[in-house]
Amino acid sequence: MNPTPSQTVGPFYGYALPFPGGGDVALGGIVLHGYVYDGAGEPVPDALLETWQPTPGGPLPGSMRRDPVTGAIAGRHGVDFTGWGRVSTDASGRWVLRTADTGLPYISICVFARGLGHHLYTRAYLRDEVDARIPPGRRSTVLAAEERPGVYRFDIRLQGEGETVFLEFG
Amino acid sequence: MTQERISAQIAELHEAYLREGLTRHHSARDFAPYRSSALRHPKQPLVTLDDPEAAELTGPVFGVSDVTALDNDLTRQHVGEPLGERITVTGRVLDRAGRPVRGQLVEVWQANASGRYAHQRDDHPAPLDPNFTGVGRCLTDDEGRYAFTTIKPGAYPWRNHRNAWRPAHIHFSLFGTAFAQRLVTQMYFPNDPLFPFDPIYNAVLDPKARERLIASYDHDLSVPEWSLGYRWDIVLDGPSAGLFEQEEHE
Repeated sequence: MNPTPSQTVGPFYGYALPFPGGGDVALGGIVLHGYVYDGAGEPVPDALLETWQPTPGGPLPGSMRRDPVTGAIAGRHGVDFTGWGRVSTDASGRWVLRTADTGLPYISICVFARGLGHHLYTRAYLRDEVDARIPPGRRSTVLAAEERPGVYRFDIRLQGEGETVFLEFG
Repeated sequence: MTQERISAQIAELHEAYLREGLTRHHSARDFAPYRSSALRHPKQPLVTLDDPEAAELTGPVFGVSDVTALDNDLTRQHVGEPLGERITVTGRVLDRAGRPVRGQLVEVWQANASGRYAHQRDDHPAPLDPNFTGVGRCLTDDEGRYAFTTIKPGAYPWRNHRNAWRPAHIHFSLFGTAFAQRLVTQMYFPNDPLFPFDPIYNAVLDPKARERLIASYDHDLSVPEWSLGYRWDIVLDGPSAGLFEQEEHE
């Protein structure tokens, strides 16, 4: 069957998709943070990032648990690792993810934004084990920099100099 | 920038697509008539990873604790009833092999009947509706079905060019069994006169693919004395269907 086409997430997803604690996949682990930049080098203040880290036991629900009384977000309960995070960039183009290092060399990232008609996948490699199919000259764009123990910086450049390597899956 | 100029650009890019003769299902990331795409699309080609161990071939799951029973009724989230034409929207979420995507999260958001979003940055001078937020979610059932009760959103102006108006639409966010099947899209209503003018709708270069963004009116889904029914099935793209064959046999 032919797929349903993608369309941009637009500017007004902010009251629908992000949720408090969306970037707190696990506490007491590592921090992955950075900025999203456009082709003019300007920060993108309305990008939405989703992150995915599989776990050996298979994925678990509970990323956006709700209080059945009020319908409000109750948050993850902190016992199960759901592997999935969702954060929007702030007015300065900044995003922060708190998660666990699961042993996999990378954290998978999906980028949505106004102006972007079809989301983009990339990976933040925590270790220098970048997939050999990524051209050597561009590997540094997917390698997170460990600023201090457990704190990794990963900027995403949608276009232009130092453009992040974006991926598709065969 | 005039509508005339935008429409000419759209026509030019659609013709170029047909000349090229390749099928591309998704919105073009580089689509000049949608002006904010200019600095937000990569210029380097995507790198294809055909790795059967890739993390992106698995994906997050959601469960009964992630939604509440009323989340799929956008008309019951406030004390009063929202203004507008009450509708139900339902359909199935399938993969490219036609298999239902079961128990997965579907999220929607939309403008109110006047074409205004409950978002601080939407300054379109149309009334906010205190009884309508315009956000919903549900999990698909065993047949891959989702269903929402809502009101028909209004068209609204935006500043892409002079006299730019978006056709009425509902935003959808969908998950498959793999992170690589993720989809964010927009559902439109049949016979909208704004289709030819809209750079976002027309960023899908393939004419048949554009039609797949339009729900159909289904009289059998309309509820007497209550609501009008629309049907919209969604097919998730993703890595070659063969990768998932094993699941089917489980």
